[in-house]
Amino acid sequence: MTPLAGYLLVAALVFAIGLAGALTRRNAILVLIGIELMLNAANLNLIAFWRYGPHPELLTGMIFAIFSIAVAAAEAAVGLGLVISIHRHAHTTDLDATNRMKG
Amino acid sequence: MNLIFYLIAALTVAGSLAAMLLKNTVHCALALTVALAGLALLFLNLDAQFAGFAQIMVYIGAVAILVVFAILLTKGSETPKDGVFSRSWPMGLVIAAAVFAVFGWAVLQSVSWLPQATPAPTVTVEEIGNALMGRYVLPLEIVAVLLTLALIGAVIVALHEKEGAE
Amino acid sequence: MQETISFTPFLSVSPIAEILWLIPAVPMIAAGVGALLKQPKRKAAAALAIGSMSFSLLLSLAAFVHVVAAWAHGAAVRETVNFSWIQVGTQFGGGQVDLGWVLDPLAAVMLVMVSFVGLLIFIYSVGYMAHDENFTRFFCFLSLFAGAMLGVVISNSLLLLFMCWEIVGLTSYLLIGFWYQKPAAAAAAKKAFLTTRIGDVFFLLGIVWLFAGTGTLLFYNHGAGSMEAQALTGLLAQHAALGLTATGAIALLIFAGAAGKSGQFPLHVWLPDAMEGPTPVSALIHAATMVAAGVYLVARVYPLMAAGAHLTHGGMLLSGTTTALTVVTWVGAFTAVFAALIAVAQNDIKRILAYSTVSQLGYMMAGLGMGGVAVGMFHLITHAFFKSLLFMGAGSVIHGCHEEQDVRKMGGLKSVMPFTFLTYAVGMLALCGFPLLFSGFWSKDGILEAAQHWSVAKTPFYMLVFGALLTAFYMTRQVSYVFFGRWRGHKTAHESPAVMVVPLGILAFFAIALGLIGTPAWPWFHAFLDDRAVSFDIHGFMEPGLVRLMATSAAVVFLGLGLGWMLYGSRSSQAEEPDALEKSAPMLWGWLRDRLYVDELYGVTVIAFYAWWARVADWLDRRVWGGAVAGVAWGFGLWAKLNRFLDMNWVDGSFDKSCEELGVGGGLLARIETGRVQTYLRILALAVVALVAILIWSSRA
Repeated sequence: MTPLAGYLLVAALVFAIGLAGALTRRNAILVLIGIELMLNAANLNLIAFWRYGPHPELLTGMIFAIFSIAVAAAEAAVGLGLVISIHRHAHTTDLDATNRMKG
Repeated sequence: MNLIFYLIAALTVAGSLAAMLLKNTVHCALALTVALAGLALLFLNLDAQFAGFAQIMVYIGAVAILVVFAILLTKGSETPKDGVFSRSWPMGLVIAAAVFAVFGWAVLQSVSWLPQATPAPTVTVEEIGNALMGRYVLPLEIVAVLLTLALIGAVIVALHEKEGAE
Repeated sequence: MQETISFTPFLSVSPIAEILWLIPAVPMIAAGVGALLKQPKRKAAAALAIGSMSFSLLLSLAAFVHVVAAWAHGAAVRETVNFSWIQVGTQFGGGQVDLGWVLDPLAAVMLVMVSFVGLLIFIYSVGYMAHDENFTRFFCFLSLFAGAMLGVVISNSLLLLFMCWEIVGLTSYLLIGFWYQKPAAAAAAKKAFLTTRIGDVFFLLGIVWLFAGTGTLLFYNHGAGSMEAQALTGLLAQHAALGLTATGAIALLIFAGAAGKSGQFPLHVWLPDAMEGPTPVSALIHAATMVAAGVYLVARVYPLMAAGAHLTHGGMLLSGTTTALTVVTWVGAFTAVFAALIAVAQNDIKRILAYSTVSQLGYMMAGLGMGGVAVGMFHLITHAFFKSLLFMGAGSVIHGCHEEQDVRKMGGLKSVMPFTFLTYAVGMLALCGFPLLFSGFWSKDGILEAAQHWSVAKTPFYMLVFGALLTAFYMTRQVSYVFFGRWRGHKTAHESPAVMVVPLGILAFFAIALGLIGTPAWPWFHAFLDDRAVSFDIHGFMEPGLVRLMATSAAVVFLGLGLGWMLYGSRSSQAEEPDALEKSAPMLWGWLRDRLYVDELYGVTVIAFYAWWARVADWLDRRVWGGAVAGVAWGFGLWAKLNRFLDMNWVDGSFDKSCEELGVGGGLLARIETGRVQTYLRILALAVVALVAILIWSSRA
């Protein structure tokens, strides 16, 4: 097992855990936490591929990861703002209860 | 594959597991912080120092704090009556396991194609700056606009809410 | 059908012959106009009928005078006007059917008789039908009848004669059943029509055979007519069945039609029942004219009947006889006696006269058969006058006795209705053949004389003599019952009005006067019909055996009158007291009163068979054809039900079901939209798994 494979597996594991949490936890904030974990796992993938890729001097992976971090931060801010808004409306953050968009 | 890698990996996985499994939401947020830290250490292990420190500064320093604020503002510290997991949580677990299986299979399958070991690249901040301002200037500008938008959007969401509440 | 009026090319006919067709046409047109009149317009209806009949009478008199003048000057007495009616195409053998009219002595005397007697009866009807509400309809039918009868008289084509013959039958039906609300009258009308129809079927067969045999239906056509020598010799050569020639067979067929119309046995059954009609109808149709049409027909086709025997120029039988004439004679003689026997035991005043008419018609047929055209026709003319006189007198009696018709409920009317009595007596004596004074004597004697000299057998002579005895007997019985003795009715009787009585007087005059033109001393009538000269010669009486014959017939008449007077004379019997003859021979009386059971025989055989056949046809129609139709309808109903089932369940059902399923499917699919974010996420994750798997799998090789 190459080092790259190791990092990739770790990234996959963290991604899966984050996904599991996002799919199973009731609290909306915890879903957002799961999503953050997934994003971070993707970042790890990117850095790992930059490190062990053919042209690390191009800094493609690093820059990608930096941008990903920036975007994730922005998304977290907006998402949490939304969760707080919903909490003000429905007085709950339980995702099972917020199904007014039901078809 | 050295010991440090395993340790940091274990820390990260443990942290993320804890983040997803704990009942108290605040504890989850703190566990997230641990996981994020682990990931930062992994970045450092991968000779991506800038990314690692950016991770620490942005994620741990801002996102995690933000999550904690949100938890506190939405009374997330109280444990809900029906339990922390949704009714159909086995299904979610299965799906996540399937995802992991597929990714793992993909990785293990393509192991032979990957390079074994490469020398560590030396990255200076100057190079990163040049890359950002040179080759990747367009994404930079767009991300700048995105951040501005996100800022404005968050303020608007919070602002409207305030007016609606009153 | 091409209407080419082609008059006979080189012989110009006299003006009167050219307008002869007006004689029947004007009354028919009057009938047509009268049919459009409303009920209250009585004066108009009567005026139309009487006016048209007067016109026909005037024209007939003019025609008669013209023919007499031609005869007196020895010119041609027969004029015909013919035209072609139907052209048969060559693919059917070619030829044509012609129509036309003829003016000769026979037609002339008939024209005058029919129009004169008809006019008198029309005038009489104005009084008789005054209380009837269907006055206008009556006169319309009367005019139609008169027009048709005149058409029969002048017709020169057997087809035209048949057409007018049928119209006469139709109007007879309409007039007998004039009071159609009475079931008896409606039944009598139907009986009359059907019985004469049976005769007419044979008549039609004879017409068709004649046309096939000779190629023409015209009587006289300058040598080419069917009654002329050329055609007759041709027919004589053809042989039909049973040893008859074609002439004999056709003649017998035509005689069958005449027998139906003239009430010869066995087709006589309708005539007595026809008395259900009003009395003027009985007088006109069933005494003077329609029943005489049969006799006239035989006279018209006499050359056919007598083909093979030796005839004079005008049609008098000189010697020999033919099968047809023999049959005519026997049927006539038998009918004469048969009907006279039944008349003895009848109690209805009109029925006695009806059977008397049947009997006298038998005399006429016998006269035609044995003596020739003139003998039969003379009796026809005289009979027309005195029989219509008798009927109208009976009508006057019925009217005066307040619609009573049973002679047992009358009596002693001699003093109450003197004028009626007087004229009735004249008619009665003429019918009996009272010697010398009355026309009936001369005409009946002519027949008896011919019978005496008949070469085949003497039996008809004895039958006719016996018939004369019976005639005198039953007429005396009738007159005694009605006019003598004491009044047996309930209300008082009264004399009839002048409009009814004056025609009686006129007819009585002629009942006497007509005898003068037929005596052996001056046989003007016979000579006129025969187209030979005549002069008054008292030595006409000197023919051998003539005086003896006259004495014999006179004796017979007196015997009959005496017997009748003896039995029924001045005895005033009660209404319910049985007849004198009935007391002495009750069984015989019963048979005669029940009309010798001829009607009952028909009822059991012909009518029963017909009713059975009608039932069979009805069953066939309802069950078999109706069943088939019902079956088809049921099949269609079944098919419709099947279609409906298919439509409702399959087509509709499938459509409805698919819409339902669509809804259900939509409902099912909508379950994906749980409204919960995590569900959407899960689906996303699953999709990712699937895609990645596919990607890797496909890139593995």
